[in-house]
Amino acid sequence: MRQDHLITATQLSRDDIEAVLDRAREVAADPEAYAGRHAGTMLALCFFEPSTRTRMSFDAAAQRLGIDTIDMGDVDSSSVSKGESLADTVRVIEGYADSIVLRHPSEGAATLAAEFVDVPVINAGDGAGQHPSQTLLDLHTIRENHGLDDLTVGIMGDLKYGRTVHSLATALTNFDARQHFISPESLRLPRSVRFDLHETGAQVREHDDLEAVLPELDVLYVTRIQKERFPDENEYHRVAGEYRIDADTLDAAPDDLTVMHPLPRVDEIAPDVDDTEHARYFEQAHNGIPVRMALLDTLLENAEAAEGMEVDR
Amino acid sequence: MSDHELRVSKIRDGTVIDHVEGGQALNVLAILGIDGSEGLGVSVGMNVPSDRLGRKDLVKVEGRELSQSEVDVLSLIAPEATINIIREFEVVEKNRVTRPDRVVGVLSCPNRNCITNADEPVDTRFEVVADGVRCDYCSTVLRSDIADHIDV
Repeated sequence: MRQDHLITATQLSRDDIEAVLDRAREVAADPEAYAGRHAGTMLALCFFEPSTRTRMSFDAAAQRLGIDTIDMGDVDSSSVSKGESLADTVRVIEGYADSIVLRHPSEGAATLAAEFVDVPVINAGDGAGQHPSQTLLDLHTIRENHGLDDLTVGIMGDLKYGRTVHSLATALTNFDARQHFISPESLRLPRSVRFDLHETGAQVREHDDLEAVLPELDVLYVTRIQKERFPDENEYHRVAGEYRIDADTLDAAPDDLTVMHPLPRVDEIAPDVDDTEHARYFEQAHNGIPVRMALLDTLLENAEAAEGMEVDR
Repeated sequence: MSDHELRVSKIRDGTVIDHVEGGQALNVLAILGIDGSEGLGVSVGMNVPSDRLGRKDLVKVEGRELSQSEVDVLSLIAPEATINIIREFEVVEKNRVTRPDRVVGVLSCPNRNCITNADEPVDTRFEVVADGVRCDYCSTVLRSDIADHIDV
């Protein structure tokens, strides 16, 4: 990765991804070797939308690298509620911190932020757009369980608004992966993601239900179908019920199927799946630490290198 | 078109946009933000026989020359168009439109949740792709309905 921002999964090449994942593997094997590596630097956590795990996992990853963190706090208590533009907010925060993690409810927010500041910006979710750091930890989990070659991946749930889905689907086009998308018709992949998949010539199939494709899968990535996506609550209950899995559903799955979920889940994966060999979603969440440590380490290193080049000129 | 087929008279100063795909003339006027209220002399020819296009539209606007950003967007809906700048009844410049790599500050993003629709100090920016344009910020792809999102 030569850039010092992480905005969308489309910017990531296979080499970029593997470099971060190799480093994440090193971090996981020997976290002490990375302790304090970026001491004396500051990371700003700017979450314009609620977040628990992404915010905490970036915070924890930063601290393990010796990076101090400052948190913007809730939007309600910040000057954003006074109507400040995002462009102004990030330009101010750039003066306080050496890198910025940004979550925002509008698509394209991280792209805009990166245009206004020189410090590395990490997109931690922009509306129904992208969530590329989640994708890196998803890929790390897949790699540690199956490798990233000759993969068959099923992605199920809200494919239209699910930003983790958009980033994962795009990133998987770098690998030898067949992708099956399982969703109700109203929540299929948006045109923007189809465009990227089509451009890369990815092998993509869409399905209304899981049954036919389940026996072929190496990985089943489940996402939550949100109530607010449906005008009618009855319709929501009817549709969401068709995309839930439990231990019985997985009887038809290959023994080595890995079930993943970006979390939080509501009831789309029944608790009885937790006790099966398939469940990897907590491991996946824990992988957020070594992967985000590797990501921060890489981006800060790139930013320092870029600064050095400017001085040489 | 030979002189005896001319349906509208020559203009003294302004722009003639010729070889517009049949049916797109009103969209061309929309791109130029011309609805008659500005008092410019405007002539529109629709579905005029054309050797090159079979049928074409053409638009003559008196007293107005096009900016580059207007030409850029025009190229998206009328890729074959020629733009003639007229001064004192003479064609002083004749240009084919070329598709730009990007159109900046001309279209509004149809995605209401795009950051460019949130009062930020940025121009919209669209990459020109095979059969439409794509927002640089939110990646929304805009195809047949480009003319509905012109914001000049």
